[in-house]
Amino acid sequence: MFEWLSDNRASVAAVLIILFLGAFVWSIVVGRKQARLTATDEVFGDPVRTRGGWYWSVCGVSALMLVWFYFSWGTGRAYFPNAANEMCQIAKLEEAVSPIKAALPIGSRYYKSTLLASRNTAQLDDLQSRLAGTVFTEAEKTELEDLIRRIGALIANSSNPSDMDQQSRDELVGLVERLNELSAFIDAGPGDLTPGEEALAQPAWGTTFAEIPILPVTARGMLFDTASVEAAEIAAEFNRIRNHVPENDRLIADIKEQIDALKETNETGAFDEQVSAEREDYVKAVERIFKRLDDGLIFPAAALADVNTAIANLDASANSAQGGLRFADAVFFPGPGIVKSRTQCTEQGSARWLPKPTDVVATFMRLANPDLENGGGYRGFPLLWWDWLPVADVVAFFVPDWIADAWPGEFASHGDDGTITPNFKDKLLAFAQGEVSLGHIPMLDGHIWDSLFRVLVALGLGIFLGVPLGLFMGVSRFFKSFFDPLIELYRPVPPLAWAPLILTIFGIQDDGKIFLLFMVAFAIMVISARTGASGVQLTKIRASHSLGASDRQIMWNVILPNALPEILTGIRIAVGVCWGTLVAAEMLAGTTGVGFIENIARTVSDYELIWVTILIMGVLGLVFDMIMRWVIKKTIPWRGMG
Amino acid sequence: MADLVCEHLNMTFTNPQTGAAVEALKDINFTLKKGELLSVLGPSGCGKTTLLNVMAGFINATSGAARLGDKLIDAPGVERGMVFQQGALFEWLPVSRNVDFGLRMKKNDSAENEKLVEKWLDIVGLQGFGETPTYQLSGGMQQRVALARCLINDPEVILMDEPLGALDALTREKMQSLVLELWKETGKTIMIITHSVEEALLLGERLFVMAPRPGRVHKEYNLPFAERGLKESLREIKHDPYFSEVREEILTMIWNMEEEIMGRV
Repeated sequence: MFEWLSDNRASVAAVLIILFLGAFVWSIVVGRKQARLTATDEVFGDPVRTRGGWYWSVCGVSALMLVWFYFSWGTGRAYFPNAANEMCQIAKLEEAVSPIKAALPIGSRYYKSTLLASRNTAQLDDLQSRLAGTVFTEAEKTELEDLIRRIGALIANSSNPSDMDQQSRDELVGLVERLNELSAFIDAGPGDLTPGEEALAQPAWGTTFAEIPILPVTARGMLFDTASVEAAEIAAEFNRIRNHVPENDRLIADIKEQIDALKETNETGAFDEQVSAEREDYVKAVERIFKRLDDGLIFPAAALADVNTAIANLDASANSAQGGLRFADAVFFPGPGIVKSRTQCTEQGSARWLPKPTDVVATFMRLANPDLENGGGYRGFPLLWWDWLPVADVVAFFVPDWIADAWPGEFASHGDDGTITPNFKDKLLAFAQGEVSLGHIPMLDGHIWDSLFRVLVALGLGIFLGVPLGLFMGVSRFFKSFFDPLIELYRPVPPLAWAPLILTIFGIQDDGKIFLLFMVAFAIMVISARTGASGVQLTKIRASHSLGASDRQIMWNVILPNALPEILTGIRIAVGVCWGTLVAAEMLAGTTGVGFIENIARTVSDYELIWVTILIMGVLGLVFDMIMRWVIKKTIPWRGMG
Repeated sequence: MADLVCEHLNMTFTNPQTGAAVEALKDINFTLKKGELLSVLGPSGCGKTTLLNVMAGFINATSGAARLGDKLIDAPGVERGMVFQQGALFEWLPVSRNVDFGLRMKKNDSAENEKLVEKWLDIVGLQGFGETPTYQLSGGMQQRVALARCLINDPEVILMDEPLGALDALTREKMQSLVLELWKETGKTIMIITHSVEEALLLGERLFVMAPRPGRVHKEYNLPFAERGLKESLREIKHDPYFSEVREEILTMIWNMEEEIMGRV
């Protein structure tokens, strides 16, 4: 059942979206009708106006879900399940053509040749102006000036269409022809292209780690995929074309000779170190510019104009071949769309970090599956399950070893024949160390339970120790003045600032985290119990004295119940703060817990997993708070009525 | 039989910061015999509540002594029951647990407690309200619970600090009758602090009018109205010419005191 839902998550989403849309519209209609009904008998500011209105909750939740579906591309995937695959094929073509585009105004504003010419000319001009102040002799300076002029002539010759040799011309014409043929191929449409079996056998979009199936599964996809192969060949061809200018051949030979001569002089001239360095730098700079110019990468602008036009035609053909897909892309896939990197197609934009609601549920169900052998759980540990816990382990936790040590007598030694007969003291030690068989009890297990366990134990300890101390601080000058500075010194420090220290002392497993959370819960419980205790009405205390209650009875029967509202509010706050601290502490160190999962998910950028942990924490926080609200309602109904 | 006695009672409050001393009570002397009903009246700040707190043992006098019979009063005790203005009920307990609070603190037998609770709820007119939470009761009913809670402990003296001050006029009149009835039936010594002249006259077998700065007993009356109130309607007593005469006299007295405090005389 679940497998089927998981495999058909796009269809499930399609149904859900329609339901949410329906709920959204319906709630607005109902809400407006209700607003009209009550508009006449409630004035603005009347608190009654905030009561009820659950249909607006429906409206808010469905709006949120619709926004989530939309920006995670859940809507797009639901109604255009093949769009990503087709967009991937289009991205392939885009990727294949990109080397050509990069050299043309259509892809990068200027011809690459224009940029080369302007940059090199500027650098030559700079060298020329620096020449007068250099350490070269006058004769050398004249020679260098000549050299720079000749290099400049290289640029001029390459840019002149009439200096181009016939072979380069032919190559460019051939390239334009191939591009035009490709455009014509795309314009002709998919025809009888059909996707291969391997492509159809690919897992659906989003069901595996490789998000988008890379092989084309539609005829249109086939068209673009085929075109992209040809385009890649054309691009390779384009990269091979050089502008061969016969005029430059002689110039290049001369320049090489001149530079070599200068280098020779630099080596043999026996200049002092500084002069030598300056000379070498200058010649090197000249040579660098020359080397950039002698490989025929500068083309005349007019010679490339045809290529530019052919690419524009190709773009136009590709756009028209996309047809309705362009509309779907613009409306249902907000963001830059799908980008093809070397080995895979990825979603870019909001969908990258906002996983689809159905995928989040699927990931959660995968983690929640307690069957570890079949891919359930996380890192060999279930999310929330149960396991058999040896009773002896629990006993060993509570019974310290020194009880055995303190028992009168000696531990048994091995006898003359090498055998050992354990006495009672030995058995006691085995008991205290948990090395006895006392049967097993079922116990909760898993990442969520580990986190819950830490919070609950720390909270329990905090309440058990903090409430009595707080109550005493509320009634006794000694307790208040003695403990107030101690607690106020450690409490204002953010719990996470303590974490590195505490985790070092108590270890990164449960002990350290429980102690850290205990510190948090303890301070909150002390303060709330103290506030509650010191807020007891004096007349109630006096009345109980007159009724014959002892100090201890007043503490237990009057001050404690009176402080209950504050104590329960304190617990509610402590739960929230503990939960937040725990997740951060688990992110710092540890091998289990919800925070641990999120930390690992962060390092591998698994956004679905991150969202799953966020949702788990949100839901658990909500459940905690609802339990506390229920407890408050049940235990202190008199609050605000006394 | 234990009388409530005050001998040369002085109470001075000293401000620990400024050292300024206020004489809240100066040389108070009286003897309240067993079964007498005393009401104490006076303008604000004349020390009536301080006097009551000393009698209850919540605070100790600077000099002089308060005694119940032979026993010096220096701490709160069950033999001196208290009723406060706002009831001071324990709102986390239902009515019956409030009423038997004193008995439970003494760890009495719970079955016996239940019977006593039934009896006292009956007397104060709260039959069937045993399990009601106190915060659901009206002000008058809360005061009835407070009375029952105090009386179930069988104290020798009942000290009331403006017990009916927060009630509406009608409820107040009913409660005044109830106090008189209880006084008659139980024969307890009762000391009532009040703001209301009419109430002081109606309830006080004896009446002290106190004056401020320093707090002292300005004038003492012995009045017949409490006795009459047991038989007649309180409303008729209020129309008695003697009642009106005393009321006017006391009102003028207190009015003058208030004027003096404000520095107009």
